[in-house]
Amino acid sequence: MIPAQFDYVAPTTVDDAVRALADAGEEAKVLAGGQSLIPVLRMRLAAPTKLIDLGKVAELRGVREDGDALVIGAMTSHYDIVRDPLIADHAKLIAMATSTVADPQVRHRGTFGGSLAHADPAGDLGATALALDAEMVVHGMDGRRVIPAGEFFVDYFTTALRPGELLTEVRVPKYTGWHAHYEKFNRVAQAWSIVGVAAAVRVEGHTIQEARVGLTNMSSVPVRAAGVERALVGQEATPEAIKAAAEHAVEGTMPVADGNADAAYREHLAKVLTSRAVTAACG
Amino acid sequence: MTTAAEPGQEVGKGRLRKEDARLITGRTRWTDNMNLPGMLHMAMLRSPMAHARITNIDTSEARQMPGVLAVVTGADLADSQGSLPCAWPITEDMKSPDAPSMAVNQVNFAGEVVAAVVARSAAEAADALEGIDVDYDELPVVLDLEEAIADDADLVHPDLGTNKSATWIFDSAEAGTGGAVDEAIGSAEVVVERTFRQQRLIPAFMEPRSIVVDPTGEQVTMWSATQVPHILRLMLAMTLGVPEHKVRVIAPDVGGGFGGKLQVTPEEVITFLLARELGRPVKYTETRSESLASAHHGRDQLQKMTIAAQRDGTVTGLKVELLADMGAYLRLVTPGVPILGAFMYNAIYKIPAYHFACTNVFTTKTPTDAYRGAGRPEATFAIERMMDELANELGMDPLELREKNWIKHEEFPYTTVSTLTYDSGNYEAATARAKELFDYDGLRREQAERRQRGDTVQLGIGISTFTEMCGLAPSRVLGSLSYGAGGWEYGAIRMLPTGKVEVITGSSAHGQGHETAWSQIVADKLGVPFEDVEVLHGDTQSSPRGLDTYGSRSLTVGAMAVLSAADKVIEKAKPIAAHMLECSPDDLEFSGGKFTVRGTDTSTGIADVALAVFAAHDLPDGVEPSIDADATFDPENFSFPHGTHLCAAEVDTETGQVRLRSYVAVDDVGKVVNPLIVEGQVHGGLVQGIAQALFEEAVYDESGTLMTGTLADYLVPSAADMPSFTTDRTETPSTTNALGVKGVGEAGTIASTPAVVNAIVDAIRHMGVNDVEMPCTPMRVWQAIQGGAQSAAGPGAESGGGMGSLDAEGGAR
Repeated sequence: MIPAQFDYVAPTTVDDAVRALADAGEEAKVLAGGQSLIPVLRMRLAAPTKLIDLGKVAELRGVREDGDALVIGAMTSHYDIVRDPLIADHAKLIAMATSTVADPQVRHRGTFGGSLAHADPAGDLGATALALDAEMVVHGMDGRRVIPAGEFFVDYFTTALRPGELLTEVRVPKYTGWHAHYEKFNRVAQAWSIVGVAAAVRVEGHTIQEARVGLTNMSSVPVRAAGVERALVGQEATPEAIKAAAEHAVEGTMPVADGNADAAYREHLAKVLTSRAVTAACG
Repeated sequence: MTTAAEPGQEVGKGRLRKEDARLITGRTRWTDNMNLPGMLHMAMLRSPMAHARITNIDTSEARQMPGVLAVVTGADLADSQGSLPCAWPITEDMKSPDAPSMAVNQVNFAGEVVAAVVARSAAEAADALEGIDVDYDELPVVLDLEEAIADDADLVHPDLGTNKSATWIFDSAEAGTGGAVDEAIGSAEVVVERTFRQQRLIPAFMEPRSIVVDPTGEQVTMWSATQVPHILRLMLAMTLGVPEHKVRVIAPDVGGGFGGKLQVTPEEVITFLLARELGRPVKYTETRSESLASAHHGRDQLQKMTIAAQRDGTVTGLKVELLADMGAYLRLVTPGVPILGAFMYNAIYKIPAYHFACTNVFTTKTPTDAYRGAGRPEATFAIERMMDELANELGMDPLELREKNWIKHEEFPYTTVSTLTYDSGNYEAATARAKELFDYDGLRREQAERRQRGDTVQLGIGISTFTEMCGLAPSRVLGSLSYGAGGWEYGAIRMLPTGKVEVITGSSAHGQGHETAWSQIVADKLGVPFEDVEVLHGDTQSSPRGLDTYGSRSLTVGAMAVLSAADKVIEKAKPIAAHMLECSPDDLEFSGGKFTVRGTDTSTGIADVALAVFAAHDLPDGVEPSIDADATFDPENFSFPHGTHLCAAEVDTETGQVRLRSYVAVDDVGKVVNPLIVEGQVHGGLVQGIAQALFEEAVYDESGTLMTGTLADYLVPSAADMPSFTTDRTETPSTTNALGVKGVGEAGTIASTPAVVNAIVDAIRHMGVNDVEMPCTPMRVWQAIQGGAQSAAGPGAESGGGMGSLDAEGGAR
């Protein structure tokens, strides 16, 4: 289908983009990789008056180090994330989760920041960012502020971004030497997660010293499986211990019943997949 | 002139297809690529309601919008649109509602057209849809097959007085082809009953339907992404009362159909009417969502099966009681689809007593009609599932049970209990080869080991020993089934003066590779190079007669007509060649493109004859200056491809996820013209059948809205979701056509669905499961394991994540 008519602007700097967003007002939409927005426009589920295309803002692309953190530009494509050496060394959970997103064509177009700002609870990157205690750096006419991942996701497709604010970069603490795994469960290869589990662990000897676990599509927002994390710390990385810890996976979740799964099945999957994700991460 | 080199044997060669480059790159004549001078664009407004009275339509705002030339409603077309045709009245008392292309007073499924806009651009047409305001008065929806036939059911079409369209019965005792099934069941040592649900499917062809109508010539020309240009022209004439000779229909390159484009559509009629009204070319191309919601669907049946047998495994009777969902209207062959299955439930088995009864039911859903296999996948699924269930009941190996009951190779030709005569087959050979390729015994051992140690991942083996009837069809048989047309096909050959050959076929290809296969056949027959043959199709002007492409009929019927025309060309060329060589026609033999005087090396090529005929300076007296010929072929029988498919499925018992580990398909499609095309048909067919088993389902919510309205929700699998197939063939030639060929277009789809479900049930039968409803989603499989026996109800309809739940607030912000 053909989208309703809109105006289009393609700024080349963050400042210009923020100004364009402020000028355009409530009815504007920001276009990142377009992998969710374009279908929405084509199906006329939304009819923004103006699109602000970030595709030409070079400063929003790429991954760099900043002390103990990695800084990921919001417009870095999934494809670039998956093959980025800094991510591989310090935050490989992100690369693992990103490599499961949709199909190669989508990964070449879709962006890290666009996916997070879209805040689809079935998207794979929210739980990952949450598990890793990422921070969202946003810019608006009032300047820059930082939103912890735990406060960023508010509801279905809703974030803590205020009108006129732009997600510009994501700061992720370095998890150098950690082991990680993203366990995605879906019905066909290019589909969204029915449930997904992002897990990162720091293991010394056979003992789990620290654990980070995030759940995809177990609520209207990504869920941090804090109960699982607590239960894992200090445990030997045995199948029994991990399985016992994974029983906590449903705490704080509110899964829906949709075309793929009812709530009870999602809860069951969350436990099984958490166990598998942590086991795989522990290697 | 003579040809450069002696052409080799073409038939049997795995040539890459002539069509591929243009089809794969899309640089070709898809209907939507057509642009004509002054062309206008149309968009359709469709009902969001499944069942409602239209109380008012206000088009005043839309009419004022930029670029808009016309806005029409059903009331505007009521006098001109007629009723869409149903060509298959299966019984004399069949109830069939009036089927307007655009709803006039009432809508009967969500997606039905209620208004159309014609504008200067496609964008302006789409914009103007939002300026149309329709008031609906909701009526109760009718969604469930069993509830629809209850005494107090709400009615889809109240004036019909019932939701039952027709009941069609075959009984072997009445037909004199076998015993009485109730006696067989009453006296059986073992009786197994099951009810299977054939979920609703959507053909989901790659190219959405598209239509361009140009009314500016003496003939109105319609380009349409259709499988059936010839049927479409005839039906436009009969439906709209336009003179048939004033209409030309062209199906240019068409991007798939799978039966979904075997239709005369509301959109075709509406585009035709509006282009004629406006006197300018009009284009309409549907969106993917429109296609999923309103192009006809497939399957959707409830199958109550009862099989009777002796303890030794001898099947003594089969009873089939069906409810088939027609949707809201009877389209072109809607009522006949489940009836095609009637002849296939007995499959490859010798069944002494058989009863089939099908009741066709109206619901407030999208009409159903042909979808790859049409009736035969349903039948094959049910009987192959029943053979596994019976084997389990008897404690027999399911392959052994099949072997005990199947028709042995020395028993052909064999007339079945449902009256068909299978001309040939060798089930033993196909099965032996499949077992060998599959390592049947090794996998059975592994299955036992996994059960023994309580492995999280259980292994199952699924069997499907199928046959099917295709090559539609002997005209007399179609007549006996009250079908509205014959089953012949037309072919013609034009010999050009330069020795090149144009082949005309009435079988309109939409991706099958006719141009390649027909060229191979004609190259061999006339002894000309493959490259010298051009195949023309899909245009009622160049191929004036035809019954088009469906039911795996192209090769067995369409190519036979071409072959027959080629024979006539040779016969017509012979006296001219004799005249040129100054000998008697009786002294000539034709081989390798040359007429040779028997016993000498004196010869002349068919190309030389073509040139001599063009000049016509020196022809025998009374011989017309043409060696062109045409022919119409009516098959004497169906063709009966068969095969043995074996599937190994791993079921993750913790999650219910199914992974196909290996899949072996040994098909017998008789002689093969192009093994590469056959391989492609088998692979594609397998994927589509496996998709029914595992992935695809058209789901409606309780208000009759299609929930699977995008390809994010209607799960068409990709290569990433499939195992690597192992395919092989046995070759038992058909005895009913000169080429010895059988159809292959539907075989994979027909065979594979039961192989997969049988494998899943086999993997978890020891956990108390004897069926899993299709598609076998992870949740259904897991619930079946939890609850044993039957799977639980479907999931809910809340909005979770993913594309299906995107709303107006969605999108990156």
